Order: sequence, then structure tokens, then C-alpha cells
Amino acid sequence: MLVTASSSGESDSGFHAPSIDEFYPEIIAFDGTPFALNRIMLIRLIVVAALIILFWLVSNKFKKASVTQNFVPGRFQLMGEIALNFVRSNIAHEQLGKKDGDRFLPLLTTIFFTVFGMNITGIIPGFNIAGTSVIGLPIVLALAAYVTFIYAGVKHHGIKFFKIATVPSGVPAAFLPLVFVIELLSTFILRPVTLALRLTMNMIAGHLLLVLCFSATWFFFFSADGWFKLFGAGTFLFGFVFTLFELLVAFLQAYVFTLLTTVYIQLSLADDH
Amino acid sequence: MITNIVLAAAEATKNPLLPENYDLFWSSVVFVILLTFFWFKVLPGFKKTLDERTEAIEGRLAAAERAQAQVAEKTAEIEKAQENSRAEAASIREAARAEGVAILAELKEQANQEAARITATAKAQIEAERQAALVSLRAEVGTLAIDLASQVVGASLKNDKVASGVVDSFLAELESSEKASKGKGK
Repeated sequence: MLVTASSSGESDSGFHAPSIDEFYPEIIAFDGTPFALNRIMLIRLIVVAALIILFWLVSNKFKKASVTQNFVPGRFQLMGEIALNFVRSNIAHEQLGKKDGDRFLPLLTTIFFTVFGMNITGIIPGFNIAGTSVIGLPIVLALAAYVTFIYAGVKHHGIKFFKIATVPSGVPAAFLPLVFVIELLSTFILRPVTLALRLTMNMIAGHLLLVLCFSATWFFFFSADGWFKLFGAGTFLFGFVFTLFELLVAFLQAYVFTLLTTVYIQLSLADDH
Repeated sequence: MITNIVLAAAEATKNPLLPENYDLFWSSVVFVILLTFFWFKVLPGFKKTLDERTEAIEGRLAAAERAQAQVAEKTAEIEKAQENSRAEAASIREAARAEGVAILAELKEQANQEAARITATAKAQIEAERQAALVSLRAEVGTLAIDLASQVVGASLKNDKVASGVVDSFLAELESSEKASKGKGK
């Protein structure tokens, strides 16, 4: 409905209303194959390259420090350490303890920096769309989290894990079937689905909001007549504020995704439900 | 308008909840690359750096503690040595003072003895001289008295036995009276 309305409005006013189209830009290369490239896929690859370059440099600093036995980190190394340590201490160690935290740290670190890096492109001029705003990547990450927390549970409890996860102790026998269904749903279906959906929908909504604000600003400044131009200032201000807000959301969603993954792993390792 | 609607209908089939194949493919590539990178490249170095730093800090703290303990030990040693030398100095001073006192006493004693000896010698000498004077006086007194008496009675008493007896008895009397006066004087 929205799409029809917007495209019919577009033809005469020049106002570009945001639509779901935004997330399916034209294919640039390998059209029709499973590895077709479009703008968003390219953005993802650029983010991967940026992350690798950034952390490669940090990693080199680590190596250098180790070789020269210089234990005072420089500014750049310290920034890297703070970022890595945020996941390590504030998320992994806090929820899982030192031993298990370090065990699952590679996955948690990857999830955090992937999500954050992909989110942040939503407000970087030139990119203007989050790499996580198409559901593929959130699904892959949620799947990784799903497999990992089941692996953690099975490794820790054996096959009994599925019983522990779905049949909590201390529930009256009469309610057990109901509780079993609820637990089964929430643990093995809703957890990964909500992980992926929460992230995607946040990014989609954020992008649509920004597009709405800035295309309205464009419209008011260049197509509207007389006093209506003033509205452009208002929509621009909104766009600016929402950009800052998106910066917060980018970090927050990365944090939430990683934290929830950690909590799921922790719940799998817990002895009692 | 019609094309718009057709286009919109085609677009509407795109469900943002269903991933395209290429989307899943590239997402997996991204994830696997980054997971491998963080797992095998970044995090080992990070962990190593943190461990080495902890170790270095602990090592340096321990070294500092050791150094401090050594310094404290040395200070105690020095203080003890100072205390010892101070005590030694005091005892040496004490001994010297005692020795000085002893030497002084000895010297005084020697001086006293010397003085006593000199006094005694002088007394003995005086006594001897007095005796000598007495003897010579006694001898001379006799002749002087006889000479005097001879001149008084007339120059005949020189070789007379009586006269010499008188003189002797006079002298004895003189001596005894002298002795008596000496005993009274004492």
C-alpha cells in the first residue's frame, strides 16, 4: 500500500518517499547467481576490509609490544584494547566468568564488531545504509548464536540439556505440558528469530526515518513554494537528531545482540533452568 | 501509472523477512572471514599482550618489594654497626678515663713516697749533724771549761786526776739535766 501510494505521489511532486525498495538496490555484478553483488553487499565487503585493516594494525601493535617487551600501550593500541576489552570484560567475563567467557570470546567478539561495523554504515555519508538492514547477515549471526548456545548446552549437560531447557524443575505436573510448549518455543524458535528480527527491523526503521527526514528536507528546500521552505529546516533538524540517535542505536544493537547471545550461552551452561 | 502499479506489485513480493540467496551467501562470507580473523589473529595477540602485561607488572612489583627489603636490611645493618661503634667508643672512653685516674693516683702515690723519703732523709741528716755537733761540742766544752777553771784557780789543774773527775761528773750532770729537759720538752 505504502509503495503504491508513494510511487504515484513521486511522479508529480518529485518527493522521494522511502520504501522497502531501498534495501534491494540494483545488482551490479553476477546477476542471477548466488553471489550476486549489489550496493549493500559491497558495503559489507568494505566494512569487512575496514575491520580487518583496523584490527590488523592493533594486532601488529600487540605483536610489537610482545617483541620489544614494552608494556605501556600507545594511544592507538589502547583504543583497540578498550574496544576488545569491552566485549571481553563487560560482556563475556561478566556473564560467563573468566573460563567460559574466554572459550566463547571469538564468537562474541566477532558478533559485536560485525554488527557494530555493519550498523554504523547507516549514518556514514556515501554509504547511508546499514549492512545489517538486509536480513541475511542478522540471520547468519543469529544462526551462529543458536548453534553455539545449543553446542554449549549439549557439551556441558549431554543430551539432558534439551530436558533441562524445556522442563523446568519445580513446576506442578498439571502445567508441565503447557510450560514445555512455551519453553520449547521461546528457547529454540523465538530466541534466534527475535535476535535476527530485532536487529534488522531496527536498522530498516532507522534507515527509513533518515530517508524520510532528508528527502523531505530536499523536497521542502528545492520543490516547495514560499513559506513551506521553512519546514525544510525542521525536517533537517529532525534528520540530524535521528542521525545521532542512529549512532546510539548502532552501538546499542551490537551490544544487545552480543549480550543476548552471551546470556543464552550462560543459560545453557546453567545447571538449573 | 499502470507500469507503476505493476512495478509496485513486483516490488511488493520482496519480503524483508526472507533473505535472497546472494544475501545469505555474502553474509556467510563476511561472518566466516571475520570470525576466523578475530579467532586466530586478533584475540590470541590480545590475550598474550594482557597476560604479558600482568606478568610484567607483577614481576616488577615483586622486584621492587625485594629491593625494598634489601634496602631495609642494609639500613638495619648500618644502624646496628653504628650502634656497636658508638658503644665501643663509649667503653674506650670509659676505660681511658679509669686509666687516667689510676695513673694520676699512682703518680700522686709516688710523689708522696718521694716526699716522705726526702723528708726522712733530711731528718736523718739533721739528726746526724746534730749528734756530730753535740759530740764535738761535748769534747770542746770539757777543754774549754778546764781552761776556764785553770785560769780561775791558777793554772795547775791540767794533768790532775781530781780535776778530770770533777769535769766528768759535771758533764754527766749536765747530760742528765739535758736529758730531763728534753723529756719535759717532748
